[in-house]
Amino acid sequence: MAKRKRIGMEVALAAAEAVGMCNVDVAAVYPITPQSHIAEHLSELVADGKTDTEYVTVESEHTSMSVCIGASATGARAYTATCSQGLMLMHELLPIASAMRCPIVMSVANRPVNAPLNILSDHSDIMPQRDSGWIVIFSENGQEVVDLTLMAYRIAEDKDIMLPVIIGIDGFILTHMVEPMEFPDQKEIDKFLPPYKPYATLHPDKPLTMGAFAMPDFFPQMMKAKDMALLNSKKTIVKVWDEWERKFGRRYRPVETYRTEGAETILVTMGSMSETAELGVDELRDKGVSVGLVKIRLWRPFPSDELKVAVKDARVLAVMDRAVSPGTGGGPVFTDIKAVFYGEDSRPIIVNYVMGLGGVDVTVGDFVKMGEKAAKAKKEEYEFYGVMG
Amino acid sequence: MAGATWREIFPGNVVLTPGSTKGYHTGGWRSLRPVWDNSKCIKCGICYVYCPEGCVSQDEDGYFMADLDYCKGCGICAQECWTGAIEMVEEG
Amino acid sequence: MLEIRWHGRGGQGAVTSGEMLTLAAIEEDKYGQGFPMFGPERRGSPVAAFTRVDDKQIKIRHYVYKPDAVVVLDAGLVDVVDVTDGLKPEGAIVINTSMSAEEMKKKLGFSGKVATVDATRIAWDELGVPIVNTTMLGALLKVVPIVKIASLKTPLEKRFGKIAKKNINALNRAYKEVKISKQS
Repeated sequence: MAKRKRIGMEVALAAAEAVGMCNVDVAAVYPITPQSHIAEHLSELVADGKTDTEYVTVESEHTSMSVCIGASATGARAYTATCSQGLMLMHELLPIASAMRCPIVMSVANRPVNAPLNILSDHSDIMPQRDSGWIVIFSENGQEVVDLTLMAYRIAEDKDIMLPVIIGIDGFILTHMVEPMEFPDQKEIDKFLPPYKPYATLHPDKPLTMGAFAMPDFFPQMMKAKDMALLNSKKTIVKVWDEWERKFGRRYRPVETYRTEGAETILVTMGSMSETAELGVDELRDKGVSVGLVKIRLWRPFPSDELKVAVKDARVLAVMDRAVSPGTGGGPVFTDIKAVFYGEDSRPIIVNYVMGLGGVDVTVGDFVKMGEKAAKAKKEEYEFYGVMG
Repeated sequence: MAGATWREIFPGNVVLTPGSTKGYHTGGWRSLRPVWDNSKCIKCGICYVYCPEGCVSQDEDGYFMADLDYCKGCGICAQECWTGAIEMVEEG
Repeated sequence: MLEIRWHGRGGQGAVTSGEMLTLAAIEEDKYGQGFPMFGPERRGSPVAAFTRVDDKQIKIRHYVYKPDAVVVLDAGLVDVVDVTDGLKPEGAIVINTSMSAEEMKKKLGFSGKVATVDATRIAWDELGVPIVNTTMLGALLKVVPIVKIASLKTPLEKRFGKIAKKNINALNRAYKEVKISKQS
């Protein structure tokens, strides 16, 4: 594998650069903090003629997703990006994109949702989209943002998948970070990502119907077809990631582990907290606390089997949620993970720390504290970490 | 596609045959029928524009008529007609 | 790993300084992080930015709490913000002021290295505007030699285009004119 020079760049700009390498036909992006730099830089790339993309300046996120669905239906490769209130406004269209099997790619610069108004970072915006039928993949650093974006259309447009993909990029913590990243050559990406071959396209010369009405005799089959496509997508996603590893040397798994060998307590994270958590695990291991880390990379479809294998010997799982699922008694990752173990004969004690809400800075020391607390857990817990009273 | 298994559904529920709604004869729903009085008709075509079924067409002389195979008898054409040239008549 | 905190006011270029230093480190094939204190951008309000430089991949992803060096772009901030907060006792602080390093050291009551430079004057002379970001970068590099000045050339040219040359002049002058307090 050729050694490449690392290029320093803000991660949001790198995301736009990666999109610019994917031969996207239509981009419809409405700027919103902290996604704005993606929207701005992609429009620069288009204006400078660096990518042959039709950039539609829409008046809202609802329209940006509508444009993407329409463009995708005509056989175009479509892209958008948003977060927070923008993603909430888009919400009603997301299940349409997945049910119509439109392989759109969307970057989400994860930010809280109102109220109170907060523009920083957590996962509250993506959680309401869980059941929209999209593939959702989280990134931990700039390099992963580049890699996962470059792989997104290969996954979305695979004949066995044909589903839209969200790449989660934690707002500010990732989007506003200048750091070094490697970029493949355009030629390598052209080889890796063939032109999009849709099943069917909207064209006046060959009329057909998309998004038709369905009665009860037909509707459930539709829902099952969509769910099966999402469930079955996992093996193809892993296949694409394997190919990436062979070509570019960086490995991606639905569930990734760090020092889990023999660990009694395993922390579970998702997104940009994960590398800081690794340092927390190092510190805990140095102190003699038997702790490891499991990172959820693939959020939908949920990697239940991989998770079971990754934590099979653990006594305690400490799930760090960066969002709340109000009224369920836990965060969304927590409730999903509990469901995974319901059918198991032996299962770990699962505790839940909701943290990093609204951009709270989560430090190595915080992971050490949480790890030490979790290591002593006797029963299920649910706690807003750092909230007094 | 009624009775189809989920595996048989074309991805995204795309209906590949154009004009498939033609097989659905909504004329059977009708209890009132539009009747044009061509002496009042100014050939403006508003009935043609407003018909939700798209079943209104124009003849060689420029007057309008409904295809009763598909006309549901909704009466929108009669409601919209400027000159009151369309009367909804009970089906006998 | 070296950790640096920048203090400035919105619009003075603290974030840009941090970015330029990060990009210079990456030019040298090192690893770097440059990022602002996150939040809405407001011209004139006190802002902070952070830089990390290391020879290996940087995994830490939170703010800098125990910096090795602090750079203050606006002497007025010394009275408003606790600029030495968390600064390592053996660390250094570089301040844009016309005060002498000894006077400033006394004012701050900080035991480590205190360096001062009249960056505003240099910026007026060299750039014709009181924007001191690149000037303070020159002063910092004299006090803490994190990267070679030559490594800043490409990032500065990319960012500033035609006025990059003027910025490099300002940077070199601050590098020469910065005064460092005697160790106590």
